Amino acid sequence: MITLQVSRYRPGQDAEPVFQDYEVPLRSDWAVLDGLAHIKDHLDGTLSFRWSCRMGICGSCGMTVNGEPRLTCGTFLTDYGEGPIRVEPLRGFPVIRDLVVDIDDVLAKLAHVKPWLIREGEELPLTAEYTQTPAQLEAYKQYSMCINCMLCYSACPVYALEPDFLGPAAIALAQRYNLDSRDQGDRFDLLATDEGVWGCTFVGECTSACPKHVDPAEAIQRYKLTAALTSVRNLLPWGRS
Amino acid sequence: MRARRTPEPYLWLLFSGGGVVAALLLPVLVLIFGVLAPLGVIEPPPAARVRALLDPLLVRLALAAVVGLCLFHAAHRIRFTVEEMTRGGRLDVVLAPLCYGAALTGTVIAVLVLF
Amino acid sequence: MTALPSYRPRVHPLWWARRRAYLVFVLRELTSVFVAWSAAYLVLLARAALAGDAEYAEFRAFAGSPWVVALNVVALAATAFHSVTFLNLAPRAMVVRLDGWRVPGFLIAGGNHSAWLAVSALVAYLVLRS
Repeated sequence: MITLQVSRYRPGQDAEPVFQDYEVPLRSDWAVLDGLAHIKDHLDGTLSFRWSCRMGICGSCGMTVNGEPRLTCGTFLTDYGEGPIRVEPLRGFPVIRDLVVDIDDVLAKLAHVKPWLIREGEELPLTAEYTQTPAQLEAYKQYSMCINCMLCYSACPVYALEPDFLGPAAIALAQRYNLDSRDQGDRFDLLATDEGVWGCTFVGECTSACPKHVDPAEAIQRYKLTAALTSVRNLLPWGRS
Repeated sequence: MRARRTPEPYLWLLFSGGGVVAALLLPVLVLIFGVLAPLGVIEPPPAARVRALLDPLLVRLALAAVVGLCLFHAAHRIRFTVEEMTRGGRLDVVLAPLCYGAALTGTVIAVLVLF
Repeated sequence: MTALPSYRPRVHPLWWARRRAYLVFVLRELTSVFVAWSAAYLVLLARAALAGDAEYAEFRAFAGSPWVVALNVVALAATAFHSVTFLNLAPRAMVVRLDGWRVPGFLIAGGNHSAWLAVSALVAYLVLRS
């Protein structure tokens, strides 16, 4: 058996989150999420948490495990020795109940960066293909692996301090389209702002937290360079577009 | 999050340029002039030698640029670090002019000393 | 959704001391204080040397006092830490392609560190040759 110290917040009952201890079987094939499911099924049906696929692709089971933002489906009980394991909601977000956080802000930010292929001018028939070379695919593929689990936001101290900060996943998502050869959009006005890339101080923890190796920190630094050079070019009388 | 004019790209370029210059040049200069020479490990360069080093216009221009870039690098980092460590983003209206103003003053002093 | 009485956690006043990665980040950023000090020290050195031999002797006495030496030892450690971290992170902002092949970050960082060594050796040679 291993002890899970689970953060509980029941609106109307708790003024602030409190920890509750549960003993769950320590099985080598059990992730933290299996331990939480065991609690809900057998020990305490009032515990609330989000989960879906249990295989690291839906991005809904992100929580803070022993202080680190983790996907609980891919974080195994045996990684923590004798325990106890402390399970808290993702940091940096308002807590709705127990381990469930309010993610509306990030969802709005993801939509804000126009995350779709923007075409200008010609309307090709729907049957037309936009072919890409392997090199063109490789240019943005890494950034398309994001599963919107929001671990990067939870790891980012800038987001916790400045909730207006556009944040790692949204900027990486914008770069996913900026670097796509089929995209003709211009996201400069969305990204090159004080709340956009200029808000980032390159802590780098978003990249450490990412379970999909997206490297949002790299996406942000690359766009800082792009945006800085574009800004300088716009300053030159012959450079204005 | 509407677009507006912001000085951040230019400040970031100064910060980055200063970061590269500081990374490449400062450790060796501090090692020679700040540690080894004062401790007597190496013979401290005499004043005439330092004057000879500073004689070419290009060297003085380069040193002024290095000092200015390093100061703007430091100003940029100190501004953000103080705001983050104190959770004081509201301080920016005061802190930003203070930091970059100090960097600009230091650069002017360096130019006055060297020319 | 806003009608829900959600709990809004506050950022801890010492948040940067409560996680190793954040502490390293803050230390990395605070090296800039010593970058500024080093730049100021070089200006003081140049000023003394240009002012004359008496002023230079005065500066050497100042530079040799224990607290200035101690400060410069810390500055040496801080600027070296700055060099390592900055040159490691620089390749993240730029993507270098050779004939379509993306040069991996560790090669760029390795190139940066080699450049650091080469520049340091060149500066030491120019300053110390007699």
